[in-house]
Amino acid sequence: MKILITISKNHVEPRFDLVNEVVIARARNGQIIGEPRIILLPGASPEEICSLVIKKDVSVVICGGIEEVHYQYLMWKKVKVFDSVIGPYEQALKLVLSDKLNAGTILPG
Amino acid sequence: MTKSKSEVIRKADLLRVLDGIPHGIAIIDKQQRLLGLNRFLGALTGYNSEEVRGIYYDYVLRSNLRHKGNPLQSVIETGESTSIEGNIINRRRQNIPIRFTISPIKNSSGKLLGMVLTLEDISILEDLGRKIHGLSGLEGIIGHSPKMQEIFDLVPVISQTDASALITGETGTGKDLLAYTIHQTSKRSRYPFIKVNCSALPESLLESELFGYTRGAFTGADTDKPGMFRLAHGGTIYLTEIGDLPLPLQAKLLTVLDDKEFFPLGSSKKVKVDARVIASTHRDLKEFIRQGRFREDLFFRLNVLRVHLPPLRKRDGDVRLLIDHLLNVFNSNLKKSIKGLDQKAINILLNYSYPGNVRELRNIMEYTATVCQEGTIRSEHLPKYMFLSNEKGPLSNDQDQESEKDMDTLDINPEGLPEAPVFMNWISVEKRMIIDALMKTGGKRGRAAELLGWGRSTLWRKIKQHGLE
Repeated sequence: MKILITISKNHVEPRFDLVNEVVIARARNGQIIGEPRIILLPGASPEEICSLVIKKDVSVVICGGIEEVHYQYLMWKKVKVFDSVIGPYEQALKLVLSDKLNAGTILPG
Repeated sequence: MTKSKSEVIRKADLLRVLDGIPHGIAIIDKQQRLLGLNRFLGALTGYNSEEVRGIYYDYVLRSNLRHKGNPLQSVIETGESTSIEGNIINRRRQNIPIRFTISPIKNSSGKLLGMVLTLEDISILEDLGRKIHGLSGLEGIIGHSPKMQEIFDLVPVISQTDASALITGETGTGKDLLAYTIHQTSKRSRYPFIKVNCSALPESLLESELFGYTRGAFTGADTDKPGMFRLAHGGTIYLTEIGDLPLPLQAKLLTVLDDKEFFPLGSSKKVKVDARVIASTHRDLKEFIRQGRFREDLFFRLNVLRVHLPPLRKRDGDVRLLIDHLLNVFNSNLKKSIKGLDQKAINILLNYSYPGNVRELRNIMEYTATVCQEGTIRSEHLPKYMFLSNEKGPLSNDQDQESEKDMDTLDINPEGLPEAPVFMNWISVEKRMIIDALMKTGGKRGRAAELLGWGRSTLWRKIKQHGLE
């Protein structure tokens, strides 16, 4: 499975629609495979990020605030979205791999 | 909290004062971390003050301020107040236009201690701007039929009062939109509009969600939670699917409606609230009362003002109006340049019964506009399930008579008529198409595939996808 996290420095970016960077990690059986890849998306629209999610065959998105229309679109495309996550993205990634991440989680740090 | 932070404000007292102000207010330290939110900002963002203390402000507010030159940093550098327009995305996934005002907090010797960030919801001003430019009369609700005109006439009357209101109507008729419009056109529009779905949560969770709890009320209650009623203070609480509210909570709701106060879970102290209640349901509440599933006294208490939204099939001329409107919307959203529909497609759309009402028509138009690669929408661009349903013919006279009776007595879902299906998205539409085709062909997949115009393998894959095996 592929996991995409919208990031800003080391944290989950608070706005899906204003993201400039995403990290994509591949995982199997709760373990990361290879090195997560960081993609720069300067000025990308939320629609373009949604397209990237579909094009890259991502099955899980971790983000901060996301508008209902983009959330519903991703859900419709069978992408699991953990939104309103606050905190360092690496911790969010660890939690999602151990099946402990929820939408709205506030992580320390 | 460090000594320097406690010097910034005597937080508990200040926040209590700020709770009474009808704007979102955050107290922020020099490192741009939150020290507290007032109640209004809690309702606006979906967070409470306790859980976000010490977090960088924009992880919680999710504004676009960082992309507007970070005005907080300039207040820190210059010590001067500033005001800027932008927006936030809250936990309910709403994008809300905001006017931000950032003011420095200084001590008596002029040293900067922190900042006050004020958020003013300016969506009403933007709506007003759109109205001035003639985009719509009742924002988002479209219709020219006499039945809708009656509702448009009624909304300003309902908006001016503070009495409870009950909105009834089949699924997809626009109950939520009407409730929001009533709030936005009322004097409470500057305060929060809080929506709670009474059928989405089990009884115990719903009680804590509605009325809040105090720390230690139950295992896991490690902070005080204000509850939706308190968050809606000054504004409107909208209870959807009120027919599904469990009986014990109906009693508590009745008390709140009568006394305007309640006990949060685990608290011995009563809380006073001033929130207008609007409820909605697609169910037949009178039948629920007969079955003992809904309290009659609560029904009469909610039924002070009642609006029944007519089903689309009874809104003369509105289908055509909505088709044209939705075509414009999807032309713009999907960057298409479809000029219109041919007569056959229009006839099919005009003669369809729309059990899912406006929501279904919207979904049909979205699908059609997506599928159509030409300048004109033709009947083959319409979803195939419409033809399957239409083969059953128009509504029989019996059904029509029953529906008329239904309208007269304002019963929403009369006995004998199946509950209207909900078309939430294209996944459910597709699933319905497959089920209809399989039922029609007695479960023969080959014939069902032919009927749907798909290959056998496509149908097999989609059956698996929808879990219909």
